[in-house]
Amino acid sequence: MMLKQFSKALMLSAFIAAPIAFSAPLQAATPGNMLVIAGRIDDIVTVDPGEVFEFAGSDMARNIYDRLVMFDPLNLDKGYGPGLAESWTVSEDGKTFTFKMRAGVKFHSGNPVTAHDAAWSLQRAVTMKKTPSFILTQFGFNKDNVASTIKATDDMTLVITTDEKYATSFVLNCLTATIGGIVDSKLALSHAKDGDLGAEWLKTHTAGSGAFMLKTWKPNESYTLERVDGYWRGDVAMKRVIVRHIAESATQRLLLEKGDVDLARNLSPEDMNAVAAKDGLIVDNELRGRIMYISMNQKDPVLSKPKVRLALKYLIDYKGMVNSFLKGQYAVHQAYLPRTYMGELADTPYSLDVAKGKALLAEAGVKDFTLEMIVRNAQERVEIAQSLQNTFAQAGIKSTIQTGTGKQILGIYRARKHQIYVGAWGPDYPDPHTNADTFASNPNNTDEAKLTGKLAWRNSWDIPAMTKETKAAVQETDRDKRAAMYVKSQKEFQKIAPFAVMFQKIEPLGRRSNVKNFVMGGAISSAYYWKVTK
Amino acid sequence: MTDTAQSQTQSWRQWLTTDQPTSRRHAKIVQFYLGWLSFRSNLLAMVGLFILLLLVFTWLFAPFIATHDPLAQDLGARLLHPSMEHYFGTDALGRDIYSRIVYGAGITLYIVTLVAVTAPIFGLLVGSLAGYLGGWVDVVLMRITDIFLAFPKLILALAFVSALGAGLENAVLALILTAWPPYTRIARAETLTIRKSEFIDAVRMQGAGTMHIIMRHIWPLCVSSIIVRVTLDMAGVLLTAAGLGFLGLGAQPPTPEWGAMISFGRKFILDHWWVATMPGLAIFTVSLGFNLLGDGLRDLLDPKGDKS
Amino acid sequence: MTSVVEETEMERRTSGSSFPRLLKRFGASFFSIALTMVGLLAVTFIIGRVMPIDPVLAVVGDKASNEVYQAAYKAMGLDKPLLTQFAIYLRDVATGNFGVSTLTARPVSEDIIRVFPATLELATIATFLGVIFGVPAGVVAAVNKGRWIDQLIRLIGLFGYSMPVFWLGLMGLLIFYGKLDWVAGPGRLDVFYDDIVPTITGLITVDALIAGETDIFFNALSHLVLPASLLGYYSLAYISRMTRSFMLEQLSQEYITTARVKGLSEFTVIWRHGLRNVMVPLITVIALAYAGLLEGSVLTESIFAWPGIGQYITNALFNADMAAVLGGTVVIGIVFVGLNLLSDILYKIVDPRAR
Repeated sequence: MMLKQFSKALMLSAFIAAPIAFSAPLQAATPGNMLVIAGRIDDIVTVDPGEVFEFAGSDMARNIYDRLVMFDPLNLDKGYGPGLAESWTVSEDGKTFTFKMRAGVKFHSGNPVTAHDAAWSLQRAVTMKKTPSFILTQFGFNKDNVASTIKATDDMTLVITTDEKYATSFVLNCLTATIGGIVDSKLALSHAKDGDLGAEWLKTHTAGSGAFMLKTWKPNESYTLERVDGYWRGDVAMKRVIVRHIAESATQRLLLEKGDVDLARNLSPEDMNAVAAKDGLIVDNELRGRIMYISMNQKDPVLSKPKVRLALKYLIDYKGMVNSFLKGQYAVHQAYLPRTYMGELADTPYSLDVAKGKALLAEAGVKDFTLEMIVRNAQERVEIAQSLQNTFAQAGIKSTIQTGTGKQILGIYRARKHQIYVGAWGPDYPDPHTNADTFASNPNNTDEAKLTGKLAWRNSWDIPAMTKETKAAVQETDRDKRAAMYVKSQKEFQKIAPFAVMFQKIEPLGRRSNVKNFVMGGAISSAYYWKVTK
Repeated sequence: MTDTAQSQTQSWRQWLTTDQPTSRRHAKIVQFYLGWLSFRSNLLAMVGLFILLLLVFTWLFAPFIATHDPLAQDLGARLLHPSMEHYFGTDALGRDIYSRIVYGAGITLYIVTLVAVTAPIFGLLVGSLAGYLGGWVDVVLMRITDIFLAFPKLILALAFVSALGAGLENAVLALILTAWPPYTRIARAETLTIRKSEFIDAVRMQGAGTMHIIMRHIWPLCVSSIIVRVTLDMAGVLLTAAGLGFLGLGAQPPTPEWGAMISFGRKFILDHWWVATMPGLAIFTVSLGFNLLGDGLRDLLDPKGDKS
Repeated sequence: MTSVVEETEMERRTSGSSFPRLLKRFGASFFSIALTMVGLLAVTFIIGRVMPIDPVLAVVGDKASNEVYQAAYKAMGLDKPLLTQFAIYLRDVATGNFGVSTLTARPVSEDIIRVFPATLELATIATFLGVIFGVPAGVVAAVNKGRWIDQLIRLIGLFGYSMPVFWLGLMGLLIFYGKLDWVAGPGRLDVFYDDIVPTITGLITVDALIAGETDIFFNALSHLVLPASLLGYYSLAYISRMTRSFMLEQLSQEYITTARVKGLSEFTVIWRHGLRNVMVPLITVIALAYAGLLEGSVLTESIFAWPGIGQYITNALFNADMAAVLGGTVVIGIVFVGLNLLSDILYKIVDPRAR
């Protein structure tokens, strides 16, 4: 204590005292027509809707580009509705979608939004072959056929033809994804270089029809959106939206408390409590789509025993974690579809039961084995891993933790070289198939198949029957039947899968009470800025 | 009786402080004792020595000094204030911070000892070879040393650990990798001044090999300046190690490494200050110990240095 | 003159002789610098290649299909042999092209031009603080050698050497920003001041003055105070220690005794005569401290969310953005070596004894 007092005194006297005189008074609040958000935006590498995939990037791109099919931010439960497409029809065989474009909508450049722009944007997204392109190419589009499968028959009509019959809701849900953003083709092409269709330019510039356009974007620092007057969906109150990259929760909280920002999007449980207790500050919670799970590689002789898999599911302190260090950040959830998705399953059959876990291990005939868990070096995940380590140990399972950067850990996981992976999965588009396809489908379990996109494959889980069911569900046009199929699949999955789904993400939002109508996007979408008022 | 005892101590002291030693060994012991006397009069250096002895003591008797199991979690007792039950409070998983710091002493010692032994020996080897052999060997070795010196230390360590994967052993390797070049320079400089001396010539005439000359005749002469440098460097090594731990590249959880503990307490800094503060104080204390000791040793062993 | 710690730094400054030979030496050192830089690049390049992070994965992300992955693999030139890749990289660097960062999707050179001034601004003010407090402290310590003030200054210095910068930064934020509210928080400016001042030098304080925006100038200063003071403390520790040791040497010189005998006031003797002769080696020390701060800013920048080169490199490293890591390391290396060279030159030009 002495030392601490002393060092404080030193800091004060020796080197703070003089320059402190320059310190300026702090401003109390942000301007009334400006929304300032503290968040994490270090995942943004591009603003091109054909390439944007991560969380923060989607938040940004979706406020700049409109899609054919869109959500109502204040009524997300309603599901998709008309966007730049005013209406659509589906052919008898369920393969041809005809969209009628909305009249009178203009891009930021002043160019009208036409079916040609829509066709060009979707074709470009397919041929560019960037990461999110699978959302479109799963309908059978590719570089060679895209000119005939996605085409504008006149200025106002767009026709899309899929290779097989799919549930209508599946196709339309995919078009609400960020990659469905419609780009001003004239403007983009005027900046084309070496036949890149403007790709280079679109990485850092925007040509959309949304409520905002990009003013500046400084990677890892901030981005600023500026209102474009005359948005076709209605008035936009905020003239400017600034999102600033603040990695630390504590810092976000300080900025919020001091009025330097209006919203703080990454508050830890402790900071959340402190914010909630302050006058003029409110904490909102929204259930998001991300789920946290652990998975067991089936190449491992011990982990491939069904009873061991089951035992581990009883050796997780689900409640203890969400009531302590994950409080307000995660809710217990044990099915592969996030809640609020069609076909959700809310059952949580597992809870910490060391005796049962021990008994199952004994029945499986294993004892005293060691495990290695791999986990990304992020505090909450490492804490989860340490809690697992603790409860596993109570049943006699020794385990070590290997942390690494996200890419390192993923590298091991994708190469199927792990034992236990502790991590998260976020849905890619608001349709149940997005998770069913990865958790409950594995068409080819060989190493050579390299189906790295499928979590079932990554864990060497060979499931021909379940794969078939997943495929059947995505082609079922009857909505209720389809939902029931997913419920059934998840019940089975809960029992036998080498996955223990543990939690679903709750995103707390620290907000100054004068800020209204900010929506984070729930489980299915991203943040909406244009409805915000102050 | 008392008389004899007294006179015996008297004669011991005389024997230890005599200016007419009877043998080479005697001379060495006298020299050492005189050094110790002068060192002992340096209060700050003694404080440093005390801190480091305390560290060793803590490591040896950790199970008796700690009040809790450093790994035992109690999610119901998380982030508790310092109290009589938990001297330094508890962390986010309800572990006793005091006990974690006590057990962390061993990890700190492990890192510091490994680096303190390996880096100087490697540096000595390279430096004395370069200095003794001269010519192109010297040019090549020193150019490589320069390259490593031109690297920003922390960034080199960071890059190295990310390449090998996070972990205590790799962090130690990275620290060695960043710590050796200065020793090479010292060893080379010392070797250059000794190389041409007559006694080395004499040894060579007797047919001694290069390695023999370097290890038996050159190294002993470099040792005192190297030791001072090592002691002073250890504080830096400790801080860099903590920095790696802070960035998540050091010891893996749940190991109670101090830098990692600060990193995990960072989130709670505003409401639960003790989680990050306590391990920080531990790092500060130990590295201060090294600095105080090194400072004192320098006064003692380095006659060229500034004495105060 | 030298004590052990600084011995290594000082020993490079061995004496040359006549002026033409001096020039030749500089030519030689430029050559060796170029060699060092290539070595630096090679080491970084190798580390980047053996890293267990897949650079393609870093670009396309976890969810890309195999086809997308293969396309990116080719586009990044990873199918070529390692030596070829390195040769291509060297050729590009020689023409000032550091490649494109996968993390920011912009040319690395552009990124560095953006982030480097932030570090420069911080390190410059920190060094400034270190000098204005460190030099007088060192002189006072030398003059009062052995007395309590000397011990105190020494202790303050040792404290500086002993404190983990990331911890001190956290404590500083907690106390001076969180509790006392004396300074502005992390970042370079309050958000609503962002993007108002046109970027000319990249140093916000300077740019704000050029634009005549005093509000912004003071805001920037308020953000700078804490991190700069912390870093300044570290350079203070080094500078005061070196100043003390240089001064001690001067004070034992004959001319000082002569000056005293002549009846000059103690103040004149010490601050005029003594300090003037110390200036030359001090410049070297200050340059080294400055270079050290540029390098040591990695952790400070992480704590203070300071968008400088340290944070840029760390981020890049964690995300296998090798173009950015290489570019950043080279720039820091160049500055490092450059400052060394500069202090060499200054030393040799200013100090006649060194010729």
